[in-house]
Amino acid sequence: MLGLNRLPGISAEAEALPDGVHIRLQIAPGARFENPIHLCFGVVPAEGVQRILTDFDIGAGAEVEFMAHCTFPNATKVQHIMEGQIHVGPGATMRYKETHYHGESGGVEVLPKAQVTVDEDGKYFTEFNLSRGRVGRMVFDYGVDVAARGLAELTAKALGYGDDEIIVRETIRLNGEYARGLAKSRIAVRDHAHSDVYGTTEGHAPFARGHVDCIEIVRGRAIATAVPIVKVTDDRAMVTHEAAIGAVGKKELETLMARGLDEETAVDVIVRGMLGE
Amino acid sequence: MKNHEIMLEVKDLQLARDKRAILRGLNLTVQRGSVHVVLGLNGSGKSTLAYTLMGCGGYTPDAGAITLDGVDLTKMSITERAQQGLTLAWQEPARFEGLTVARYLSLGMKAPDMTRVRQALEAVALNPATYLSRYVDESLSGGERKRIELAAVYAMQPKLAILDEPDSGIDALSLDDIAALIHRMAEEGTTVLLISHRDEVVAMADAASLICEGRIVDSGDPAWVCDRYTHCCEPCDRRELVEEEVAYVTNPRRVTVPGCPRPRTTSRQSCAPTKNPAATRSFSSPAKSPA
Ligand SMILES: Nc1ncnc2c1ncn2[C@@H]1O[C@H](COP(=O)(O)OP(=O)(O)OP(=O)(O)O)[C@@H](O)[C@H]1O
Ligand SMILES: [Mg+2]
Repeated sequence: MLGLNRLPGISAEAEALPDGVHIRLQIAPGARFENPIHLCFGVVPAEGVQRILTDFDIGAGAEVEFMAHCTFPNATKVQHIMEGQIHVGPGATMRYKETHYHGESGGVEVLPKAQVTVDEDGKYFTEFNLSRGRVGRMVFDYGVDVAARGLAELTAKALGYGDDEIIVRETIRLNGEYARGLAKSRIAVRDHAHSDVYGTTEGHAPFARGHVDCIEIVRGRAIATAVPIVKVTDDRAMVTHEAAIGAVGKKELETLMARGLDEETAVDVIVRGMLGE
Repeated sequence: MKNHEIMLEVKDLQLARDKRAILRGLNLTVQRGSVHVVLGLNGSGKSTLAYTLMGCGGYTPDAGAITLDGVDLTKMSITERAQQGLTLAWQEPARFEGLTVARYLSLGMKAPDMTRVRQALEAVALNPATYLSRYVDESLSGGERKRIELAAVYAMQPKLAILDEPDSGIDALSLDDIAALIHRMAEEGTTVLLISHRDEVVAMADAASLICEGRIVDSGDPAWVCDRYTHCCEPCDRRELVEEEVAYVTNPRRVTVPGCPRPRTTSRQSCAPTKNPAATRSFSSPAKSPA
């Protein structure tokens, strides 16, 4: 660990592990921050294991935004393990955006895993983006439990090529009345890359509303699968899903070609837009 | 019309989709620098014509030829046609997740320039400060999306712009706004092929064609074509009448009975005044050969 800036409203502890770090972070109830809190992770050597354990506790009514950057420029054999326990207190809002910067070797294994609890009226938004450099292998595994009137939005975006492998598991359980959830994924694969997306949303309480929204764009000999799972155990809950897998939409493509772009460039513009670049 | 060179020439265009003939020997000539309106009822083949001209997938003609400024486009890809100076504003434009309006408008410009991007948005009555950073996605209303499509076409400064029903849809541009935009396009040397089922658009036209069942059945003076459209056209599935109509238009002396068979008993709203006030021929006048 290289540094830790302290701010009022945050209490942070970091404990070094043999292969990483354990971060405990508490946001005081009602705290607000002018700027996002930056977290920076990286492995500069070509080989190694990096384990990051996080416990985030967002106090009641607090509002906080995190921006995490993960850099593995030289990786030929790097494992990046992230295990998070996240608690969003009553009425609190947490936004977390993680962006990865990888090299071109494909030698990274990224294993982000989180268990999130969103209390009554809490809001949790997360976006994970791995579209710069080769993915290598990634298993994204997030599970969220949402209490009454709470909201959870999970977004995973990734661009795979070479023989990259992308696995996304997003599970949202809507346990309280009027809880809402969105499990969104945007994946593009080409060459021999593989992607498998499992988006699960469960509605267990009256008036819970959930949606699974998956788009995977496939080019070349890449393979993509999507398994949206929707489960409802309360007859007043509703969960919907949509999954679109295939080439770039014909109309989108032809529209850009009608502006003079060649097909390859047009596909690139569409994919990069979808991945938020 | 500034001069009388031919910009677009479409000869005997034929296209079937799912074994159904949709364009059935369509002929059309558009003069350089003109605003040429193609009028036709719903389902008459207007959008099919637009997609075929643009070279969209599934719209490769079975016969016929398309030339733009003397260059044969018939076998060219969409990109090549666009590079020749042709573009299309879709009737229902596509959406792009994560693509900003600013970027979208710049994409078609040879030398991207923010001043022009702003001008293009202003030309379709959208405030650049509000819209430049918006995404061209589901968050835009149908009308906003259509305006942005027209702005993108304008920003591109094409030789020939095909506008497929720019006036349709909730919150679409008003006819006055469309007229102003087309005027600006014409000033910059863009020839406009304006496709519509609304007869009011002839007010901004230099020439017009009437499309019926995948054929141009009349072409020429906007008031004349509009008059036929408003007084004669009603949805019908009697293709043999179109054959007569075409024969009549192509050679009025050969066929003595006007092909348009069922004058409407209830009169439709009359056409808006056209650009050319002298053009007030009525339908009962003998048709003029388009040649
Ligand atoms: N794939 C297809 N298979 C069969 N018929 C088709 C196909 N695509 C279009 N058509 C038919 O071709 C005809 C012309 O369609 P087109 O969309 O060109 O009409 P349009 O004049 O643009 O109508 P509108 O005013 O409603 O936009 C319609 O009758 C339509 O149903
Ligand atoms: Mg149409």
